[in-house]
Amino acid sequence: MKPDTKALSAKPYVFGFVASLAFTLGAYFSITHHLFVRRELIALISILAFAQLLTQLIFFLHLLDEHGPRWKLLVFFSMIGVVLILVVGSLWIMNNLNYHMSLQQMYQYLNNQGDGI
Amino acid sequence: MNESTAVVKPEALQREDNDRTYFGFWVYLMTDCVLFATLFATYAVLRGNTFGGPSGKDLFSLQYVLAETLALLTSSFTCGLAVLAARRGDKRLTLIFFAIPFLLGITFLSLELSEFARLAHEGNSWRRSGFLSAFFTLVGTHGAHITAGLIWMATMMAQVLRRGLTQSNVRKLTLLSLFWHFLDVIWIFIFTVVYLLGAIS
Repeated sequence: MKPDTKALSAKPYVFGFVASLAFTLGAYFSITHHLFVRRELIALISILAFAQLLTQLIFFLHLLDEHGPRWKLLVFFSMIGVVLILVVGSLWIMNNLNYHMSLQQMYQYLNNQGDGI
Repeated sequence: MNESTAVVKPEALQREDNDRTYFGFWVYLMTDCVLFATLFATYAVLRGNTFGGPSGKDLFSLQYVLAETLALLTSSFTCGLAVLAARRGDKRLTLIFFAIPFLLGITFLSLELSEFARLAHEGNSWRRSGFLSAFFTLVGTHGAHITAGLIWMATMMAQVLRRGLTQSNVRKLTLLSLFWHFLDVIWIFIFTVVYLLGAIS
């Protein structure tokens, strides 16, 4: 009835641990040994971090082991939505803010305002 | 489960109860993710604002941080094994297996605190620049969670020692392990965003 035997197996933990270890060491050594150029390195370690996130979510936090309605997964995805809005939104706004608020542009903006009146 | 039908219903109810508790705790963890997301966003925005001071590249030793990372990862793994032992009802093994993540957690925290102390001693505290304020807030908040987790772990070990592996204790241990795994997940991103990306930019 209850998949207790499956829930009590250490296998997912061992697998998750070994995979996480591989991702961590992979990211570390690709940086310390300068295996790639900068742009590729950034892409690579982002992918490795993401892979490790998925590994630990599935094998340590049991994200997919739900029975019945998947409330856990639903809350998880709404969290991802909020996090993306927060992080991407903040970076987008702040980067553009710097651009639009350069001194020269500010003068230009103020001058244009004056002309309008 | 092979017992009389009279026991079946309370057991099913108990499981439903547990599921609800786990879900409630899961929702808390997700809101905590949002807290960390705001701190990550702040850090990403302020990363370049060193105010003429040192940047991440000058300050951090990757080797040191790798040691922290491996300590926390192993801690998270053994914490999962400890909960398996608890679910099997093996009290001795549970206590032994919880002692490992506890000690590794202490190791992680002392490594982190001595890094903080070194930075502050060299005049690079949170007052130095916007970058360092954001760094200390982000990593410090994670460290505060780790401290809370260690206190929780110590009290749970005392509870198990005194009352044994009661249903309530096993449930709390499961929540504790979720919390501990969650902190390791957050650390993956601190390791990647703050330390690894910091070293190449």
